[in-house]
Amino acid sequence: MSASTEQLETLVRELRKAAGAAAEDEDSQPYGFYLGERELGASLGATLAAAGVEAEGTIELRFHPLSVFRVAPVTRCTDTLFGHTAPVLHTAFSPDGRLLASCGGDCTVRLWDALASLPRHTCTGHSSHVLCAAFSPDGLRFASADREGEIRVWDAATGRLVCRPMTRHKQWVTALAWEPLHAGAAPGERLASSSRDGSVKVWSARNGRMLFSLSGHSGPVEAVRWGGAGLVYTASRDRTVLVFKVGDGPDARGEVVRRLTGHSHRVNALALSSDFVCRTGGMHFGAAFASAGRRAAAPEPMPSAKTAAAVVAAAAAAVAGGTTPAAADPAAPVEYTPFHPCPRAMVDAAKAKWEEFRAGAGEERLLSCSDDATLILWKPESADRPVARLTGHQQAVNHIAFSPDGRLAASAGFDKKVRLWDGFSGRLLTTMHGHVGAVYMVAWAPDSRFLASASKDSTAKVWRVEKGFRGRALHTLNGHADEVFALDWSPAGDRVATGSKDRTMKMWQH
Amino acid sequence: MPQNEYMEMHRKRYGRRLDHEERIRKKEAREAHRNSEMSKKLQGIRAKLFHKQRFKEKVAMKKTIAAHEEKDSRARVAPDSTAAMPHYLLDREGVSRAKVLSNTVKQKRKEKAGKWSVPIPKVKPIADDEMFNIIKTGKKQNKAWKRMITKVTFVGEGFTRKPPKYERFIRPMALRHKKAHVTHPELQATFCLDIIGVKKNPSSTMYTQLGVITKGTVIEVNVSDLGLVTPAGKVVWGKYAQVTNNPEMDNCINAVLLV
Repeated sequence: MSASTEQLETLVRELRKAAGAAAEDEDSQPYGFYLGERELGASLGATLAAAGVEAEGTIELRFHPLSVFRVAPVTRCTDTLFGHTAPVLHTAFSPDGRLLASCGGDCTVRLWDALASLPRHTCTGHSSHVLCAAFSPDGLRFASADREGEIRVWDAATGRLVCRPMTRHKQWVTALAWEPLHAGAAPGERLASSSRDGSVKVWSARNGRMLFSLSGHSGPVEAVRWGGAGLVYTASRDRTVLVFKVGDGPDARGEVVRRLTGHSHRVNALALSSDFVCRTGGMHFGAAFASAGRRAAAPEPMPSAKTAAAVVAAAAAAVAGGTTPAAADPAAPVEYTPFHPCPRAMVDAAKAKWEEFRAGAGEERLLSCSDDATLILWKPESADRPVARLTGHQQAVNHIAFSPDGRLAASAGFDKKVRLWDGFSGRLLTTMHGHVGAVYMVAWAPDSRFLASASKDSTAKVWRVEKGFRGRALHTLNGHADEVFALDWSPAGDRVATGSKDRTMKMWQH
Repeated sequence: MPQNEYMEMHRKRYGRRLDHEERIRKKEAREAHRNSEMSKKLQGIRAKLFHKQRFKEKVAMKKTIAAHEEKDSRARVAPDSTAAMPHYLLDREGVSRAKVLSNTVKQKRKEKAGKWSVPIPKVKPIADDEMFNIIKTGKKQNKAWKRMITKVTFVGEGFTRKPPKYERFIRPMALRHKKAHVTHPELQATFCLDIIGVKKNPSSTMYTQLGVITKGTVIEVNVSDLGLVTPAGKVVWGKYAQVTNNPEMDNCINAVLLV
């Protein structure tokens, strides 16, 4: 009865070792314990008393492995990245955490070296505000989309276009989602985009061609996610979430397999429990994959003499005038960087990680959030009935994110609150007060122990979400002079990037 | 004065004269000649009126032509980069962005020199005899130490009067104000805000203490519902504003926010 969590952990380790798990893996593995839906605090007895469970009788405890590594919470601003001449609207780290892409109202996408906080490339060519950017899961390319519905795919190493711009959308693009590495026949090639014109289109980054269009929504589509099980999830202003089954091969099509209805107002965002796995599946942050990782960050193409000359000229122009050649001479024919296929080892690593995730967490869980101030938890692979309806917010919920291990979920609402939910049952765990303006985004640390939120009140806040520490901001990241629009926590865990309306980006570290 | 619609009646019955269209065309064709002759010939106030009218017409015509050209050419207009919004805020109705003040304004302030430059730098001093009415007291009405303030005043929430017999300065209820119409200079939007206090009346420190609000007075207003925040994420609630009108004449206080 008086057993502490540490004692329970020791017990589980012994049991696992007896069942044949590797001893050295088990010794450092922490576990989280659940009594029904309630997470265990410091000791078993206190939790039993709080739950009102009789001590006499059998009780069933579930355990979930926690991440072995620990991320140090970010505390201070290490760098301010100047360069954008208009509000920064979106920012994204590459899956290996070495590069950072930011896009803004000045119609450019900027690529930064995340480790040195120095600018790498300025990608010009969009003719309107660039609304979102997304790195492909192999980290070789990233896509950006603008307010006129144009999508461009850039090479992460050279900062040049990979294929011709994709221009089939009639209105602005709201979200981009790459196909996970482990899923498709052509890893790192397919890209889904959702647009305000009500359509979702799937593109090939190899040649910029539209492969097929996913239709079914009667209103603007607000979010798209490409799940690990070959399903594409889209959320729309028409109050529904659609699940598409997407095939492989040249004549693949997407068809609606489920229509998830339950919200009574526009659906704003989606989150998948497998998001983190799909995003970083091919990456390894230890030594084993260092070579593959390095290749991912800076692939060595075989440039023809002409391309090499153009690259040199571009570098010279950038040094001389601070502009890219595209800006200097718009009439010149655009040179495309050749499409580099994803390394085989990366795909294998992604597949292995996906299998591990499937074995541990089972089927994918989907969270959708809406203007009706609720969230709904679904298991879209098996049922079109909601698992739970998550109430608590008092105003529209703008953004949600599953923790990387899928145990928890966080939501950001316009009611100035961040709320933390149980990822399995959807129970409200805690409400995090502290922001004085609407909260725009949340981002998780890769070890699922910390959470960052960006708000209209010009600050970002870091929260500790371990049991017993919830509810109070650990640090307030202040320094921006205006609303913080964009936020991302590096998948490598060491830094957080924020982008603000004050035209700067800031990098935060421990 | 025509007493009936007899001209229309005649036109309906007998039609127009046969060369009507021709005459109209010629008259319109000669209009330019007539205008130029008039513009040369007219003098004085009539010339002024005439040219003003012509100027207005020309402006209207140029605007129309420009509008048509824009419609025809479908020229690509460079997007307004300051109005950039992330996609999750793009279609939000009911959120008036004018009401939501932006902190970028602060940055602009930094760029500008002269922190204490105010919109109305020079203020006409107000003499005591304009500010105060002398009230005679005493049984014989021969004492004259009591003053009544003839300007608008702000009296704080927790103010308690002295016993009326000993009150030296009377601030009339009819001239007390609690709210001011404050214009944000960058946004060109006006808000009706609560007054917190009188920061400085440039005429005299005594007027400041009495809470007298005249033209040029700097007042502190409650801006909490504008949603301003400091860089540390705290809500700003008090800000200074300078009065731009003569409140005692207008019976309202108009002010401009000092940013």
